[in-house]
Amino acid sequence: MTTAPLLTATSSDDALELRPVGAWTAANAATLERLSNDMAPQLDGAAAVRVDMAGVRELDTLGAWLLEKMSRRASSAGHHADVVGVAENYVGLIDEVRQVNRRTPAPVPARNPVLAKLSDIGRSTIGAREDVTAFLQMLGALCIAILGVLRRPRSLRLTSLTYQLYRVGWQAIPIVILITFLIGAIIAQQGIFHFRKFGADSYVVDMVGILVLRELGVLIVAIMVAGRSGSAYTAELGSMKMREEIDALSTMGLDPIEVLMLPRILALVCALPILSFIGAMAALYGGCLVAWFYGGMGPAIFLARLHEAVSVTHFEVGIIKAPFMALVIGIVACSEGLRVKGSAESLGKQTTTSVVKSIFLVIVLDGMFAVFFASIGM
Amino acid sequence: MQEAAEPFAIRVRDLVVGFRNHVVIDHLALDVRRGEILGLVGASGGGKSVLMRTIIGLIPRRGGEIEVMGSPIDHDRPTRGAAGRWGILFQQGALFSSLTVRQNVQFPLRENLDLSDALMDEIATAKLEMVGLKAEDGDKFPSELSGGMTKRVALARALALDPAIVFLDEPTSGLDPIAAGDFDALIKTLQKTLGLTVFMVTHDLASLNTVCDRVAALADGKIVAIGPMRELLQSEHPWVRAYFHGKRSQMLQPRAS
Repeated sequence: MTTAPLLTATSSDDALELRPVGAWTAANAATLERLSNDMAPQLDGAAAVRVDMAGVRELDTLGAWLLEKMSRRASSAGHHADVVGVAENYVGLIDEVRQVNRRTPAPVPARNPVLAKLSDIGRSTIGAREDVTAFLQMLGALCIAILGVLRRPRSLRLTSLTYQLYRVGWQAIPIVILITFLIGAIIAQQGIFHFRKFGADSYVVDMVGILVLRELGVLIVAIMVAGRSGSAYTAELGSMKMREEIDALSTMGLDPIEVLMLPRILALVCALPILSFIGAMAALYGGCLVAWFYGGMGPAIFLARLHEAVSVTHFEVGIIKAPFMALVIGIVACSEGLRVKGSAESLGKQTTTSVVKSIFLVIVLDGMFAVFFASIGM
Repeated sequence: MQEAAEPFAIRVRDLVVGFRNHVVIDHLALDVRRGEILGLVGASGGGKSVLMRTIIGLIPRRGGEIEVMGSPIDHDRPTRGAAGRWGILFQQGALFSSLTVRQNVQFPLRENLDLSDALMDEIATAKLEMVGLKAEDGDKFPSELSGGMTKRVALARALALDPAIVFLDEPTSGLDPIAAGDFDALIKTLQKTLGLTVFMVTHDLASLNTVCDRVAALADGKIVAIGPMRELLQSEHPWVRAYFHGKRSQMLQPRAS
């Protein structure tokens, strides 16, 4: 049976005799730590310390270390310390523990907080430059791969492209329709509610039409695709990188860009305009239903007003942006995937970075397009 | 005290394990004595790892009984509170990649014991030094370690709570012969110092020969031979003969003079 550990101390003419008793094992860790801490002041006062281990029934590394720590404390104070009565089966353990923790590693010098902050800012600036480089490198590599494919059209991975199209395009349709339908409906409801105050509720059709076709349709869909497919790309390529699959491809004389990234990015570039179109239609449909049931405007009137309000230019402005956004999402997702290092944590980190970065870039790109289209009068 | 009452660290009786209609372990019986190093050999895909994982409760069994240190292993909650009872060295180390080496070793301590941080650091460093690493290595992350170091850290983590039994899944695979020899020596030393029982799945004939007290051969879902290495070399079972007398095993044979 295990017995509760005890530590008794008897002092006789300056020599302190410690008698540990019972089970000095990890199971009694908390008690043992308390016992040995309580003994510390007495240890400092004693001229010589003798540890009599005869009463110890069970011992493990933790107990042995605590006992060793006590005798070490005594000897570091310049006193003589010795251990007697060690049971034969624990001699090896005691000897082993005597060797450990001898050399304390040099403490890491504390950093000046101001300098540390400055250094972090400097590092992230350089990091941002590296991000741009990585993006441009991936873009360049992609262009080279595309040129290669144009020269030898047979080298395009058609199976892979079709499969990726199915995944990022076809399988995304239901969720895209659902979300954009709801967004269209919400915009229409808000428009009707507020425009009614001015008696201008029929203008809600202009607002929904222009907003959805020019901006929201493509932006919402691009953000959803970045979250849905961009993250999947990063995680896939990242785990392939971790398991050296990408290295294996390279050693077989194949270009990972051509085999893995090109079909994925091309699939995104094809899928995003289609999804944007579907999304815009779903949003208009949602707006139309709300206008009918909430605003009392029949579908025929809605369509007629829509016909007046929007021109094909609005639709073009929206859809032209889609492939560029897809390119940005694809390149960010793939280059982040290739930056994954050995650990599971790094995979998670790169996937997060990929989604955050591609959503940010998609919005920046949208802003730049807005400036561009305004200046050419579209 | 307990040694007299229960001479076996692990007792397996009539164990059956299978997946769908494929029976991997077929009415197997195995005893592991306290304080011995038992090596388990068997064909690749022959159920060695399945047997080990069944004993530690990772794979459900169809029938039979398993006792570890005298207490039966339940079907339902086999791994609860197991860290103090056994330590496991997985083949790839299975270190937590988001924690440093020191935090990896401290993890079982932190979860199971109530200790101060300072003491926990000391214990972790002690364990690292016992497996032949330096205190500085404690601040590294698992992705920065070499294969041999990963195995050592994994062993330190397995030993964190001073378990009575350690299970080693191919401890020397992927190590060069020198590192493998060092690791074998380390296992032997630790087994002596800590009084461990070691259950080792291995293909390394050198480790079988040098560190294992007994070797068990698993074939057709049963233990077909068990005993010290020299007894196994005499075994008449065809698979055991093929295993130990194949071309690669010739070096182990006593030279016929």
